[in-house]
Amino acid sequence: MIWVIALMVIIMLAGAITVLFVESHVSAIAATSAVSLALSVLFVILQAPDVAMTEAVVGSGLSTVILALALFRINKKHGKQPSEQNDA
Amino acid sequence: MRNVSALVFASGLAFLLLVITWQFVVGGAPMLIGEAILQQGADKIGSANLVTSVVLGYRGIDTLGEIAILFTASTATSLVLSSLSAKTSSSKKVVIRDDGTILASSASLFFPLLITLGMYIILHGHLTPGGGFQGGVILAAAFFLPLLAVPGRGVNHSGLALVEGFAGASFIIIGIIALFQGNAFLQPFFGHGEMGSLVSAGTLPLLYTAVGLKVGAELSGLLANLAEIGEIVPESTDLQASSMQTESNGS
Repeated sequence: MIWVIALMVIIMLAGAITVLFVESHVSAIAATSAVSLALSVLFVILQAPDVAMTEAVVGSGLSTVILALALFRINKKHGKQPSEQNDA
Repeated sequence: MRNVSALVFASGLAFLLLVITWQFVVGGAPMLIGEAILQQGADKIGSANLVTSVVLGYRGIDTLGEIAILFTASTATSLVLSSLSAKTSSSKKVVIRDDGTILASSASLFFPLLITLGMYIILHGHLTPGGGFQGGVILAAAFFLPLLAVPGRGVNHSGLALVEGFAGASFIIIGIIALFQGNAFLQPFFGHGEMGSLVSAGTLPLLYTAVGLKVGAELSGLLANLAEIGEIVPESTDLQASSMQTESNGS
C-alpha cells in the first residue's frame, strides 16, 4: 500500500512540476488533470470514495475542460496559437 | 517571479503529501458530533451511504447553500460571457469545422453511456459513493460531448433554465413539506424503508435527484456558454503547431 501511495505522490509532484516547465499551455492543462487523477487515487486509499469521485469528476474532468476552453478563448481573442505566448 | 511562487507552492504541496504519507499526527480535534452521527446515523436516516445521510440529512441546509453558491457562480459567469459575446460576436461564428470521424462517432457512442452512468450515480447516491454533485457533473459532460463534436449545433438554454429552476424549486419544496409535517426544514420523511434497497432513506433520493439535475443543467449551460465563442481555432492545427514549436525549442 505504501508503494501505491509513494507512486501517486511521485506522479502528483511530477505533474505539478511539469506544469511549471512545459512549453505549451495545453500540455500544462493536461498535467494539472493528471495531478487531480492521482489525488483521487490517494482519496480512495484514505477511504474517502465520495471525495475521490468528486475529485476525479470535477478536478480532472470539468476544470480541465473549463481551463482548455478558456485557453482557446484567450488565443482566439489575441489571434495566437497556444504555443506562441509562452514567453509573454 | 511567477515560477518562484509556483515552486514554493509545489514544495508546500510536497510537504503536505509527505506528512500524509508518513502519517504524522498533525493534531486531532475532538469530533463529538462526528462520533454521534457515526453511531446513530444508519438507524435514524436509513441510508446505506453514511456520507449521504450527513450531506442531505444532518447538513441539508448546508447543501442548499452549496447549490445557491453554484447557482450564483454559474449565473454570474453566464452574465459576463453573454455580455462579452454580445460585444464581440458581430461577426457571426459559422465555423462548422469537421473534427474528424473519431470525435464525432465516439461522441454519439459515449452520450448514452454517460447519461446512464450519471443517472446511476445520482439515483444510487444513498446506497453507494457518489450522488447528485458527481452525477450532475457527468450529466453535464454527457451533454457537452455532442456540442464538442458538432460545434455549430445550438443549445436549448431556456430548456436548461427550466430544468434547473424546477430542480431547485423541488429541493426547497421538499424541505418546506417537512416543515409542514412538524419536523425540521429538510428533515427526511416517507419512512426509512429497507436499508440498502433502491427505495429507502425517505426523501434523500428525491433530494439528490433534484441536486443532480440542477448541477447538470447549470454546468452544461456554463460549458456551452464558454464553448460557443471558442470554436475558432481548429484543434488539429493547434496541436501540430505546438508540437512543432516544442521540437524546434528542444533541438
